[in-house]
Amino acid sequence: MKTVTENIIEVEMLVKKFGNFTACRDLTFEVKKGEIFGFLGANGAGKTTAIKILCGLWKPTSGKALIGGFDVYTETNKIKKNIGYMSQKFSLYEDLTPVENIRFYGGIYGLSRSLIKEKTALALHELGLEEVKDLHVSAMPLGWKQKLAFTVAMLHEPKIVFLDEPTGGVDPITRRQFWNMIYQAAHRGITIFVTTHYMDEAEYCDRVSIMVDGEIKALDTPDKLKEMYESQTMNEVFLKLARG
Amino acid sequence: MRTIIFILQKEFLQIFRNRMMLPIIFVMPVIQLLILAHAATYEMKTIRTHIVDLDQSPSSRELVSKFKGSSFYRMVGYSFNYELAEKDIEKGTADLVIQIPQDFEKDLINEKEASISLVINAINGSAASLINAYTLAIVRDYNLNLVTELISRKVKQPIGIEYSYWFNPELNYKTYMVPGILVLLVTIIAFFLSGMNVVREKEIGTIEQINVTPIKKYQFIAGKLIPFWIIAMFELAFGLMVAKLFFDIPIVGSIGLVFGVAAIYLVAVLALGLIISTLSDTMQQSMFLTWFFLVIFILMSGLFTAVDSMPDWARAINIINPIAYFIEIIRMILLKGAGLKNIVHQLTALIIYAFVALSVAVWRYKKVA
Repeated sequence: MKTVTENIIEVEMLVKKFGNFTACRDLTFEVKKGEIFGFLGANGAGKTTAIKILCGLWKPTSGKALIGGFDVYTETNKIKKNIGYMSQKFSLYEDLTPVENIRFYGGIYGLSRSLIKEKTALALHELGLEEVKDLHVSAMPLGWKQKLAFTVAMLHEPKIVFLDEPTGGVDPITRRQFWNMIYQAAHRGITIFVTTHYMDEAEYCDRVSIMVDGEIKALDTPDKLKEMYESQTMNEVFLKLARG
Repeated sequence: MRTIIFILQKEFLQIFRNRMMLPIIFVMPVIQLLILAHAATYEMKTIRTHIVDLDQSPSSRELVSKFKGSSFYRMVGYSFNYELAEKDIEKGTADLVIQIPQDFEKDLINEKEASISLVINAINGSAASLINAYTLAIVRDYNLNLVTELISRKVKQPIGIEYSYWFNPELNYKTYMVPGILVLLVTIIAFFLSGMNVVREKEIGTIEQINVTPIKKYQFIAGKLIPFWIIAMFELAFGLMVAKLFFDIPIVGSIGLVFGVAAIYLVAVLALGLIISTLSDTMQQSMFLTWFFLVIFILMSGLFTAVDSMPDWARAINIINPIAYFIEIIRMILLKGAGLKNIVHQLTALIIYAFVALSVAVWRYKKVA
């Protein structure tokens, strides 16, 4: 058993209610440093709500959550310095070029100009965007946009990156490239918190939790989950749980 | 500060990448100034007049020639039939009918008294009373000549009134209107651009990505205000130039003071715009809210109608009308040459206004998704 200090995310009995509707009910889990943590669930299961709380965008109704040791109630600004976030919906500026987007976010995160330049060159090279660097983002295909968004979320070398359905609507090849980027980041010790609908992607995670109707129904490594639910694939595990 | 510079850089890129922006900044104000300065006037430059002279005497002709000689009157009809003249008013082709009765001269000489009748189209009440006043002045003038001519001997001169119009000696309406219109131009630009900007980021979802960054509220607000502040200040300079070139409006006071006041005024207006955009979720909502306030503010600002003649409750509303303050100040500075100590009351109000509006804008902006 690892010590508590190695948990970079600690969530205990976290509840979020919207009026009478409980979006998240008594969520309790922890994520270890450098882990790829899969956060699975059907549409409307409460994944995005949970992510928004963990990112410091929303306040929980009750419960406890520490992100990198910081409290989601009182230390949201410290949390924000230490996390990267990639929303379900592409939310970089479509009327700016990739370079301008990177420069803007680099500036906001307080990177030096020389570092921004360096990171920009590196990102353009890695993403293969050198030829389209003067194109507005609006003209780029979704897969490229998503890779760019991931790069921007990683600019300031956060401790944790939250990815909310990063590969939704993206072709299989780009998805594979995307997951390579995720692995590289995890390799550098960055914790990845990812939601997805694709069960093959769930297999890539170190551990996955499966959320049904606002509650976490299962949480373990993919192999253990498959064993536990006597399934061949994560897909089967998911269906068994989601259908209850 | 560094963060703000990065935001400014991004905002300006986006603003000037918007193809509508340059026309909005350069073409719109010129057109508005040219159109409004000429159209929004109470002056009756051309009172379309139909004359029915049934007398056809030297006296009646002299009276008619007085109207013809005035640059305010344009003859659109001359007939011997009142029905014909009435038709002109009904059709709206004449504003005024002057009817001189048949025995005008005879009565003047015999009875020392004669009457003429005026028919004025009074659909626009204030215009009608102006026509009435102008016309009466001409008739009074004619009267005076008559009196001196007919009974020139020992009649005491009635009280002579000498007019001198201060601050706008030629009674040029444009001189009065153009500074006010300038205020409108600057206000509309600032109010709309700031009102739309944050809502646009909400609508396309980019604000979410901003909100997960450690950006400070004041940095965000400053980054959103400063670009439009600069554009609006530029707009004011540009508009003043156009006003000077096309209308030769007097600039008696200090231009520096005008810009100083504008600098504070714009903070208030931009902050109001930002408050609206924090209240709205869509550009449509923000548009309606902005218009709602703008229409009330403009119509009550004293641009068209004097604030002094509004009822007390309306004047009380004007306390929260930034446009009213600035129009009053800019007229005082440009036309009267008012200095800082003359406008200190209005300026203090604007400073408080800007401070409160800005505080509310910062407070209302929540870094949530």
